[in-house]
Amino acid sequence: MSLISQLPVLPVLLPLMAAPICILLPRGSLPWAFATLVAVTSFVCSLMLLGEVRAAGGVISYDLGGWAAPFGIVYRIDMVAAIVITLISGIAAAVFPYARQSVAREISHQQSSFFYGMMLITFAGLLGVVSTGDAFNVFVFLEISSLSTYTLVAMGARQDRRALTAAFTYLVLGTIGATFFVIGLGLLYAATGTLNMVDLHERLIGMDNKVVRAGFAFIITGFGLKLAMFPLHRWLPDAYTFAPSVVTAFLAATATKAAIYVMLRFVFTVFGQSFVFLDVALIFFIVLGLLGMFIASLVAVFRDDVKQMLAYSSVAQVGYMLLGISFATIDGVSAAIVHLFNHALMKAALFMAVGAVFYSIGSHRISAFRGIGKTMPFTSAAFVIAGLSLIGVPFTGGFISKWLLIKGALDAVLPVPSLLIVLLIVASSLLAVAYIGRVVYEMYLAEPDGSVPRVNVPAGMLIPLIFMAAANVYAGVDAEGLTTVARQAADILLSADQSLGGSQ
Amino acid sequence: MDMLEFILTRYNYWIVIILMMTGLYIVFSRGNLVKTVVGLNVFQTSVFIFYITLSKVTGGTAPILPYPNPDKYTGGHGEGHKDEHDKAHEGSHATNGEVNSHQLDTSHDQNDVSEPSAEGAQDFSLTPEEAAAVIAGQGGNTLEANATGTVSDATVAHESLHDLSEIAAANSLKEQMPESLPSEGSQSSVSIEQIDVASSDAAVDISQNAADSVYGAADVIYSNPLPHVLILTAIVVGVATTAVGLALAVRIREAYGTIEEDALEAMDNHAATGSIKGEGGEA
Repeated sequence: MSLISQLPVLPVLLPLMAAPICILLPRGSLPWAFATLVAVTSFVCSLMLLGEVRAAGGVISYDLGGWAAPFGIVYRIDMVAAIVITLISGIAAAVFPYARQSVAREISHQQSSFFYGMMLITFAGLLGVVSTGDAFNVFVFLEISSLSTYTLVAMGARQDRRALTAAFTYLVLGTIGATFFVIGLGLLYAATGTLNMVDLHERLIGMDNKVVRAGFAFIITGFGLKLAMFPLHRWLPDAYTFAPSVVTAFLAATATKAAIYVMLRFVFTVFGQSFVFLDVALIFFIVLGLLGMFIASLVAVFRDDVKQMLAYSSVAQVGYMLLGISFATIDGVSAAIVHLFNHALMKAALFMAVGAVFYSIGSHRISAFRGIGKTMPFTSAAFVIAGLSLIGVPFTGGFISKWLLIKGALDAVLPVPSLLIVLLIVASSLLAVAYIGRVVYEMYLAEPDGSVPRVNVPAGMLIPLIFMAAANVYAGVDAEGLTTVARQAADILLSADQSLGGSQ
Repeated sequence: MDMLEFILTRYNYWIVIILMMTGLYIVFSRGNLVKTVVGLNVFQTSVFIFYITLSKVTGGTAPILPYPNPDKYTGGHGEGHKDEHDKAHEGSHATNGEVNSHQLDTSHDQNDVSEPSAEGAQDFSLTPEEAAAVIAGQGGNTLEANATGTVSDATVAHESLHDLSEIAAANSLKEQMPESLPSEGSQSSVSIEQIDVASSDAAVDISQNAADSVYGAADVIYSNPLPHVLILTAIVVGVATTAVGLALAVRIREAYGTIEEDALEAMDNHAATGSIKGEGGEA
């Protein structure tokens, strides 16, 4: 019963247990300090877990409460899960230290302990979604994280009351998505009699009837809503725009990523490539992915609110990931995983920079960015670096993922001509140049508006922001480690041999 | 008539579909936020019913172990039943396959067949081996029970509506009800329409006991417990969602003074063009 043997469950358990304690703490800095400590500890556990998974050769299983796999709930951490867990807890470990001053500025003092409690619950929920090997458990954790997210978004109401309507829309669409997922699970359960993902896969092999197909469609649509797949993205821009800066930075980097992870899990681990109906879904992914990355980018260009612009850009970036998934080749899926990782880094940095500007000037409209290149050099520099990564300039993380994606598109045999896909990827990147360029133009080339009073951004916010921007560069310069791990992960996902010790 | 039969025998699925569509329609068509939350609730309720439908096993009772009564067993009459009891057990297993395919037929036959009613107390006893088997989880959710004595007076309703053979749930066990039993009590004919899923649990439970008392022994069939557990979890999630949704509606009313979506949208659009903060939704 050493602590190491409990490692798979620790990253989830720590924030989940800490959340109620956090709510009971007196208001002020104490909840922040406690939550940050928990996030960092969770991150350390995740790093150790990643090491363990690599050492164990791919998969670690953990039976909750000692109940063996088909009967009990099993946590099944393979390479993909380990990467996403590390990513989520790493983002949390960077966002929580940043949160202190930003939250003090944007959230009522009365609510501070509740705010950090909710953040911890969201955090625990997202990690749970990724860790678990039980399909219904995914739903439970998903709703744990979603419900706390709705309240977090609504907490932006102190700055702008539209946060409330945004949170309500998010709640309605999020619940419909989750319920669709449950319906799909019910159909799969009716067809197979199991909820364990590995078991499901084994029993679904060779099964292709209306029930399974309907279940598949419900699950994919449900998660399409959760991850803001292009035509189902309506909740995302408003929720991200009006949520408190910290919440946006955290959610943009993690929530959709966890949903994409589950999509990968279901498409490849549960249904697998032998599932005939999968091809139909993959064609949908290609079309919706391409449409999403093009149309959402186009909308982003014309937004005057930088936060909203970046939110639309998130919808577009989800398109890239779906595209990578739709190739269903090792190259494509590993590109999707790398992009998932890099996009989390760049969006965290971008939204943190916007949060810093909001802290200083009190607005996230593009006019607020006028001339801040001189007055806020660090924040501006961080924004530019992350923006370049979003565009996909060499020596940034975004370049690596787009490179891999284009390579994957050229190598894969697809219903849409590969060259067209490459062309659209490049076109969408050019649109990113347009919208990021607009902000950069305002920052460096426009004259500062002297009339707006501004506050200096504290070091507590700047250091995590610079750290995030540096991570973007690092991901672009030394991409070897990440791409290797992602390839391994894609290999696990796509390999036909799914008996990789899921039930041991 | 085939079509009608097809629809009627799957009425529970139709209820699910109708509720689901009603709920979704309310969510999207109603402008009032509270009504939207109610629509969401209806939608979620349809999913609960769907899961309950999945878990129902024809003739199955609530998944609770019959209370073992060692006194009765050691009292002697258990031994005498043992052989007969085993045979009955094998027999019922052998017929399981057939029953699956003949669900529809039996359901109609039973419209006219009245079940026996008997008087007395009901109790079950388990042999130690059987109890061990149950604990070890062998034999799925089937376990043998010795029904001794007679069974309480009841009108018995039995139904075989759940033709799951198409879905072929791995853990659904079918039970053939005795079709020609000597009837002692009052006769009652029961039609399918009169049975509702919730109350049939109890009724089937008693019919099971009646059957046991006639054969001396039979399998006890349980409804699948897992979907019930899942639905309990989903209900908790649903309640939490409703609570958060209504709380948001209260806050929206405080902030805007209305909970009508059209008015809210108009105000938000005004804010998007008039205020210094935020750009607003897709105006």
